[in-house]
Amino acid sequence: MEYEPVIGLEVHAQLLTQSKIFCNCSTRFGEEPNTLTCPVCTGSPGSLPVLNKKVVEYTLRAALATHCRIAPYSLFARKNYFYPDLPKGYQISQYELPLTEHGYIDIQIDSQKKRIGLIRIHMEEDAGKLLHDLSSERGSHSYVDFNRTGVPLIEIVSAPDIRSPEEASAYLRKLRAILMFLDICDGNMEEGSFRCDANISLRPKGAQTFGVKTELKNMNSFRNVQRALDFEIRRQTALLDQGEKIFQETRLWDAAKGVTASMRGKEEAHDYRYFPDPDLVPLVIDSQWIEKIRASLPELPESKKERFMREYGIPEYDAEVLTTSKPLANYYEVCLHHYPKPKIVSNWIMSELLRELKKDEREIEECPVPALHLSELLKLIEEGTISGKIAKNVFEEMYRSGKQAEEIVRAHGWVQVSDAAELEKIVEQVLNTNAKEVEAYHKGKEKLFGFFVGQVMKATQGKANPQMVNEILKKKLGN
Amino acid sequence: MELCQLTAYQLHEMLMRKEVTSREVTGSVLKRIAQVEDRVHAYITRTPDLAMEQAALADSRLQKGNAGPLTGIPLAIKDLICTRGVRTTCGSHILENFIPTYDATVIEKLKDAGAVLVGKANMDEFAMGSSTENSFFGPTRNPWDLERIPGGSSGGSAAAVAADECIASLGSDTGGSIRQPASCCGVVGIKPTYGRVSRYGLVAFASSLDQIGPLSKDVRDAALLLQAICGRDNRDSTSADVPGPDFTKALIDNIRGMVLGIPRECFREGLDPEVEAAIREAIRTLEKLGAKTVEVSLPHSEYALAVYYIIAPAEASSNLARYDGVKYGFRAKGNFDLMEMYKETRSPGFGAEVKRRIMLGTYALSAGYYEAYYRKAAQVRTLVRQDFEKTFNQCDVLLTPTSPTPAFKLGEKVDDPLQMYLSDIFTIPCNLAGLPGLSLPCGFNKQGLPIGLQILADHFQEEKLLRAAYAYEQNSEYHLRKPAL
Repeated sequence: MEYEPVIGLEVHAQLLTQSKIFCNCSTRFGEEPNTLTCPVCTGSPGSLPVLNKKVVEYTLRAALATHCRIAPYSLFARKNYFYPDLPKGYQISQYELPLTEHGYIDIQIDSQKKRIGLIRIHMEEDAGKLLHDLSSERGSHSYVDFNRTGVPLIEIVSAPDIRSPEEASAYLRKLRAILMFLDICDGNMEEGSFRCDANISLRPKGAQTFGVKTELKNMNSFRNVQRALDFEIRRQTALLDQGEKIFQETRLWDAAKGVTASMRGKEEAHDYRYFPDPDLVPLVIDSQWIEKIRASLPELPESKKERFMREYGIPEYDAEVLTTSKPLANYYEVCLHHYPKPKIVSNWIMSELLRELKKDEREIEECPVPALHLSELLKLIEEGTISGKIAKNVFEEMYRSGKQAEEIVRAHGWVQVSDAAELEKIVEQVLNTNAKEVEAYHKGKEKLFGFFVGQVMKATQGKANPQMVNEILKKKLGN
Repeated sequence: MELCQLTAYQLHEMLMRKEVTSREVTGSVLKRIAQVEDRVHAYITRTPDLAMEQAALADSRLQKGNAGPLTGIPLAIKDLICTRGVRTTCGSHILENFIPTYDATVIEKLKDAGAVLVGKANMDEFAMGSSTENSFFGPTRNPWDLERIPGGSSGGSAAAVAADECIASLGSDTGGSIRQPASCCGVVGIKPTYGRVSRYGLVAFASSLDQIGPLSKDVRDAALLLQAICGRDNRDSTSADVPGPDFTKALIDNIRGMVLGIPRECFREGLDPEVEAAIREAIRTLEKLGAKTVEVSLPHSEYALAVYYIIAPAEASSNLARYDGVKYGFRAKGNFDLMEMYKETRSPGFGAEVKRRIMLGTYALSAGYYEAYYRKAAQVRTLVRQDFEKTFNQCDVLLTPTSPTPAFKLGEKVDDPLQMYLSDIFTIPCNLAGLPGLSLPCGFNKQGLPIGLQILADHFQEEKLLRAAYAYEQNSEYHLRKPAL
């Protein structure tokens, strides 16, 4: 039978506030264990949480950017469970009456727009980290690092509107871009500042009701989300085809083996015993504050993309790619500022630049070629100093060495040969050494024209001005 | 008269007049502790060296002339209020060796005021109990009759005041834990309005009900201590942003025109006849002083106990989850996996009553029961609060017994939790509604056991409590009696 996947995603995004959600401790990453802690975030008896207003502001930014409704009155709740990385024995989160609900995100899939609903965005605190030492002679030990405890998170819960792993990936990329455009999350999946769990079920194509879902965890990259969903679709399809039932359970993605494996079933699921946290007062949001935040929102991916198409006349595909991240969009616009030919710049970024970055798995922020340097390279082509072909070599070297285009061109003597007399001399040499081909050309094998161009280029190490070579060749060959 | 027998106010005057030093006062209290503590057992931890250091500091402040009403006054602190560097056990095995790294806000305030801290007072484990028999460190005995309980959970704080083992003390009140022991020990105790005093550093039992408050030898001292500890605290989101008035201004011997509400539900079956007689006598005294009385009704108060025993354990089950052996306090020795470590630590780490309430609370919050228990209780709590709102349209304060009986015998109710829970039947509604309440001595029964009068007022109306209490006290002598220890 043909099945349709029904997917909903839960994203946990760490907010880029300076201090933690309920205390003054720093949120810095990578410090010595347990150096960024205090009585509050280590759950010392008697300590109490006080809400960081910046966390609310950042959550409101996310809510406004995703068209969510903002509750004028919302509550914090305790999610109770035991684990050593959870110092209070409960996580402060939101349950009934979250801060924001009912939003959406538009994604682009097969050059069609699709709207994915958001059920809610709520605030909560992150847990600490466990470090396991299995090597000790006295038996295995575990250590707890509370530096991350209390780092603010927002949980963004999508509606079950996603119908394929590709859509899931597009949704995640768009969501991540929005949060990064808002400067509220660094989007780093490996370091865990943008984490995703997935709920997935299958149903016969055309059915209206949902099947039994499984929850997938432990996917720390876009690729792994897609792979895990692909695997789970195959697994569930096989089971359903054999007439077997899907069990509601939580499954862990094993990236090395490329499979999901059962972690716990419905029966072993936690009863979190949510109840309103009596240590925190209800959160009341002033509508003036919302309007102030709305007015301060930056341009978001969707509107930036539309502006790029409108202002620069580039195709939708280019605009979509260039607005996947704010630094990339900025890079493009800085280049344009110095070299205002939108399509040429877009081509260079999308082909040469992104290819190199992808090869190194680097982000645009880590690009060794600043936007200004790329625009200067493009100017050298425009001015005829180098050929487009040479420019690609120049770019590669700029990327590797961090040097500027002019310096590289000068060092290699790659300046384009545009001296007519010199080029004529070279053309004549080429024609003389290839007399047979000249004869064949005259007999009608006109395709050989390209061969002559190639030979001239070879003789000049690619530096000959291609346009002039064409003209001289045509003249010498007499047509 | 020994110095330790005086009130804070009397001592303050003497200190200001340089008739005594804080070191002498503190020495007198420490001597008294050495004499009677074996019999009373009011303290879990005594801090005589720290006390003498603080007394010396207080004396230099007194010398320099920048002393306040509490400078140099020896106080006892209930052992669930965090004191930096001094162990804070909550009367529990699981925190037997817990030494806080910070001071509670009220401790900071008392230290700033120059008070002297003589020790950490005994209590029912995690403030769960009405007799102080649930302390891991053994029970406190009532100074009026060593065979009897001092009340609870702030039994150590009340007994220490009654036995002159301190001048005044701090307790905490979740369902009556300041007022009921104050009543049992014949001292004054105030449970302030919820939010009046910062809970930062108060180890939580039930966060929506807990308040820190004073226990003292008379109403004036209670007012002075309340003044010192109240006020908005940015570290406690539930602390109220209301200015603390000058409570001593309420200490005028005049209640002419004040309207006293007498809830008819109070005089009911189970109320000890001698307690009833003492309360009625107290009402008559106040009427003679010019107050009017009006009968009122609190129809939902009969559900208060049931509501309390859902909400308080529910919050406690969550508040006590942090005692897991991972970070501080007791951890069972041995090679365990995670689940075993939790079980081996928490099973012996908590006493029977605490475990009973953790189970009650866990049950009340569980999926499938939450609606029927926790949510229903929260709704009835609103009704209890509305009862009081209506009542305070008719009267200034409410008068009730603090406890249905005087102090009972040690061991009498330990095996009957429901009987024990009934000790707090008059005090609990006030916590559910977040109101301020005060207990003061209003008589003794034939066996010489103190009886307490409870006064309740509307939110942030502590001045009315103090005014009624002070007027009564000025016209009675029960607060002056001392137990024969």
